Amino acid sequence: MVRLRVNGKGRSFAGPPFKRLIDVLREDFGLTGTKEGCGEGECGACTVLLDGRPTNSCLIPVAQAAGRRVETVESLGKPERLSPLQQSFLTEGGAQCGICTPGMLMTAWSWIRAGGSADEGAIRNLLAGNLCRCTGYQHIVNAVVQAVKARRRRGRSR
Amino acid sequence: MRGDPRSMELLRPQSAAAAVRMKADHPRAVPLAGGTDFMVAWNAGHLNHRTVLDLSGLDDWKRIRELSGSLWIGALATHATIGEHPAAKRRLPLLVQACAVIGGVAIQNRGTLGGNLANASPAGDTFPPLAVYDAIVHVVSRDGRRTLPVREFFAGVKKTRLGSGELVEAVEVPFLERRPTRRLFRKVGTRAAQALSKTVAAGLLWRGRDRRVRELRFALGSMAPTVRRLAQVEAFVIGKRMTPEMVEEACALLDRDVAPIDDFRSTAEYRLHVSRNLLRSFLEEGQ
Amino acid sequence: MSSKPGVGVNALRREGPEKLCGRARYIDDHSFPGCLHGATLRSSIPHGRIQHISFDPRFPWEECVIATARDIPGGNHVALIEEDQPLLAEGRVRHVMEPILLVAHRSRPRAYEALRHIHVEYEELPPVLSVADALRAQTVLHAPDNVFKSFLIEKGDVAAGLARADLVVAGEYRVPHQEQAYIENNGMAAYVEEDGTVVVLGSLQCPYYVHKALKHIFDLPDDKVRVVQTTTGGGFGGKEEYPSMIAGHAALLALKAKRPVKMIYDRGEDMAATTKRHPAWIKHRTGVMRDGTLVAQDIEVVMDGGAYVTLSPVVLSRGTLHASGPYECPNVRVRSRVVATTTPPNGAFRGFGAPQVLFAAELQMEKVAEELGLDPVVLRRRNVFRVGSVTATGQVLEESVGASTALERCARRSGYARKRAAHARWNRARRPTWRGIGLALCHHGAGFTGSGEAYLSSRAAVSLTRSGEVRVLAASTEIGQGTGTMLAQIVADALRIPCEWVVVETPDTGKVPNSGPTVASRTCMIVGGLMQRAARQLREEVVKRCGSFPRTRAGLRRAGRLLCGKGPPRRFEAEYQTPPEIRWDEAAYRGDAYGVYSYGAVAVDLEVDRLTFEVRLNEVTAVSDIGKAINPRLVEGQIMGGTAQALGYALFENVVYENGFMTNCQLTNYIIPTALDTPPLRVEIVEKPYSRGPGGAKGVGELPMDVPAPAVAAAIRQATGHWIDVLPILPERILEAHLHGSAPRQR
Repeated sequence: MVRLRVNGKGRSFAGPPFKRLIDVLREDFGLTGTKEGCGEGECGACTVLLDGRPTNSCLIPVAQAAGRRVETVESLGKPERLSPLQQSFLTEGGAQCGICTPGMLMTAWSWIRAGGSADEGAIRNLLAGNLCRCTGYQHIVNAVVQAVKARRRRGRSR
Repeated sequence: MRGDPRSMELLRPQSAAAAVRMKADHPRAVPLAGGTDFMVAWNAGHLNHRTVLDLSGLDDWKRIRELSGSLWIGALATHATIGEHPAAKRRLPLLVQACAVIGGVAIQNRGTLGGNLANASPAGDTFPPLAVYDAIVHVVSRDGRRTLPVREFFAGVKKTRLGSGELVEAVEVPFLERRPTRRLFRKVGTRAAQALSKTVAAGLLWRGRDRRVRELRFALGSMAPTVRRLAQVEAFVIGKRMTPEMVEEACALLDRDVAPIDDFRSTAEYRLHVSRNLLRSFLEEGQ
Repeated sequence: MSSKPGVGVNALRREGPEKLCGRARYIDDHSFPGCLHGATLRSSIPHGRIQHISFDPRFPWEECVIATARDIPGGNHVALIEEDQPLLAEGRVRHVMEPILLVAHRSRPRAYEALRHIHVEYEELPPVLSVADALRAQTVLHAPDNVFKSFLIEKGDVAAGLARADLVVAGEYRVPHQEQAYIENNGMAAYVEEDGTVVVLGSLQCPYYVHKALKHIFDLPDDKVRVVQTTTGGGFGGKEEYPSMIAGHAALLALKAKRPVKMIYDRGEDMAATTKRHPAWIKHRTGVMRDGTLVAQDIEVVMDGGAYVTLSPVVLSRGTLHASGPYECPNVRVRSRVVATTTPPNGAFRGFGAPQVLFAAELQMEKVAEELGLDPVVLRRRNVFRVGSVTATGQVLEESVGASTALERCARRSGYARKRAAHARWNRARRPTWRGIGLALCHHGAGFTGSGEAYLSSRAAVSLTRSGEVRVLAASTEIGQGTGTMLAQIVADALRIPCEWVVVETPDTGKVPNSGPTVASRTCMIVGGLMQRAARQLREEVVKRCGSFPRTRAGLRRAGRLLCGKGPPRRFEAEYQTPPEIRWDEAAYRGDAYGVYSYGAVAVDLEVDRLTFEVRLNEVTAVSDIGKAINPRLVEGQIMGGTAQALGYALFENVVYENGFMTNCQLTNYIIPTALDTPPLRVEIVEKPYSRGPGGAKGVGELPMDVPAPAVAAAIRQATGHWIDVLPILPERILEAHLHGSAPRQR
């Protein structure tokens, strides 16, 4: 039995301990927001936060997530109540086909939450492991920059 | 996705003693650390029906400790935690720079130094820094411990000198006794990030007040089946002034210590030419 | 938040919130109770006859369902232009990765495991792995001479033009395959209903293409096949025709298994087996006068189509029609051919022949400029299309020609002249890098070529339901470009209601008319145009019945009740009619090749590292005349995305074939740009309205792909002093030119 915390809730998985975290999330926990694009750890579409850090869930057997804290895109917001970061993506055009978006959001969110800067170069470096084929990245970077600045204005000093 | 989770046997030791015992009892078991190499092959269906020795429960092996003359990096320390460690940043900047260019952030958060070493890719980005820092690999088995200089650890493409019951416990990286006059880490990859290297260089140079070279350490990755220190170049430059002529002679010797190939990532000609350029730029005076 | 009605506003992407919350469902997010997973056994050789297929008796085959060509109820072919491509190879294989048979299993990994237990014995036949081999025709793949299709365009007298020119410049160019690399791999699910209806859902661009293909495969009438598009994670042309193949496979297994079947490719299989951009070889001889006036363009194009015809004739057609660039020239000859080789068939990829030929055309202009001692912008200015210009097919450009506006604005906005001079100074000094700035210009015909749109006779509809809901009905798919949002805006604008009141129906062949494929930069101009007409018809009817068009939801509900009574929604449909001024002679290949063209200019500012020859892009400026931006932010997003893909084409993306197999079929080894490789992208939109486009809109989807690559090559020329006439411009190629000075040898 593997026990882990997913989006703030205790969950358990009784299947094969080598089943990948991405598959447990999608198939057993009904969280299909995390996507698989390559199975190689190159595209980042499967990015989830593991103890707050972006990781490729397609490369993690669920047993290695035992006792750990997992956050997926479903933890950010709802269509009727988007998080500020999601709202930025919406207004800046950060999502086109949307398949890279959950992974992109989780990586960006870990940065923003940790008080990351609004420097475009640092943000591009951060997102380098999240491939996008639709946007050319500019709208995504704009959205993250905007979200960092908005957070500061709202008084979240870090 | 071709990996079959039900076909796998998973061993999960909770202590180093259990780990080495299991490794001895299951010689064909594949050690698993961060999974950034293993799982790629597994996802492609190449590692079904194997026994896996999952080391990720060995918390002790994740620790990074500053010792009096070195940094002790547990085999399961991730590239991210190494790069964030204050002593690493202060004393081993080439290693920190290498950790920051392995894959991207997500890979750095999972990939471990020990796993990377044991995978023994010719293109390992941390290997040239470890080679110029003269790092020592600490190996453990049921029969005890031993150490290997990092340069002797690799035997060939994806081959190490680990015996069948042995696991990498830590990498100990000595601090430099004197500050170098100049240092270099440079990775030339297939793109700016999330890339495999075509060539990857690490260098340390000490020059005296008389501008003669006291010591040179220069290592290249992706230029041979294993990481290579440029022994001939290093020997040649000692005691010399790096005039343009001497620099050219030194660079000509580079070829002797490497064996680059053509593959679908790059060409031998490019790898050699660029590596020479990096070395030349590093040795030249007046910079 | 209610937005102003209208076009030209940045309405928010309507499915954006679902995508951002991870709730949008792509095909692999759907589950089907009792579903099996399908896997495909594929050829491991480029050319041969299947002698024998054996199944390892130790494998539990009773757990699997197997489908072969013999199980196909109708015709064993994937219907497209010709019927030459089998759904499953029977007897002969003509490329590595050609599908031979299908296996389904409850467990996805077990389905793949099963493939390892099937052994195929072949009698190998000689492979045809290069265009040169194809043209030698020692092995005939496509009778009589391995040429799938050829075109000839002639305007004036090119020999006379060359003879009278002050200068003739020759050039040869080569561009490789390119992989679309959508982040969502191809995937389909299929099941058969009790009444025998075959239902397929999946990642696709053209539901009616799949519909047509399935009818042939299963020998079923229109209403017994249903195709539904699920949220699609990128297409770029890679999901134009290929989905018919994977849909046919999934459906065949579903029919045999009597259970739903899902087939989701993994990345390696998708890259190695599915279509790519056609590689091309292009030769130019350009005659110019001293003052830069073009007098002759003699162009030869050869493309590699791969093993089956698929869309090659149409790719070649667009390539041929764009080969001479956006310039007026009195004497033009374009001779083009696309040939058969024993490699996986090539197909649609954004640009569809134009990026290939425009790379050559624009780099050729740079060479001409240099030889004449003319500034490249001046040379282009001298020859660029304007209203009244006559194209190579004799088309008079009557309206909406923003080429020179795009050129001038791009040159100005990018600081081209200033940077050109500054970089020249920089390069003369001893620096760690070389710098360059390059510029290129293009045109891109919107809609299907020639009589294509007439042949499609697309239909789109708007309906009003009893409860006052306005619905957009079209087979045009949202694949990231913003189709749903754009069509809703056009309808909302025509009805003068907020676009939130408009619902866009899922592209489901059971529910929407055939508005044609989502390709060829046609969706806004053609389908949007139809939608506008349909919406106006709705408006007219409501005004006739109610006196005015409602401004409130309650009013709309009343109108709905009035129009529908107790019955079904009232539907208003518009069908494409060729504008009378468009005249095209298919046989002679002369006349109005496209209703209108969009125009683009791109400037690329870059730096080359002198130690490593790595290229760092500093800034890219794209100025595009697209007629009218229905939604400027979505348009900007398209231009940026296409530009980034073209930068990948220019610098990183190299498909490596060995013995007919793509050896670098992983994202680790097929290099697409990351956020760190892509520079800041500056986009400016120019609007030269087209009288036949909704709001004046033309096409935008493909235009941005066309000329970043030659702009890069021009910048590389300035930076390094080398012409690199081959893509991608890898550091290895720059080094080769640096060391050996001549054209790089093939890698």
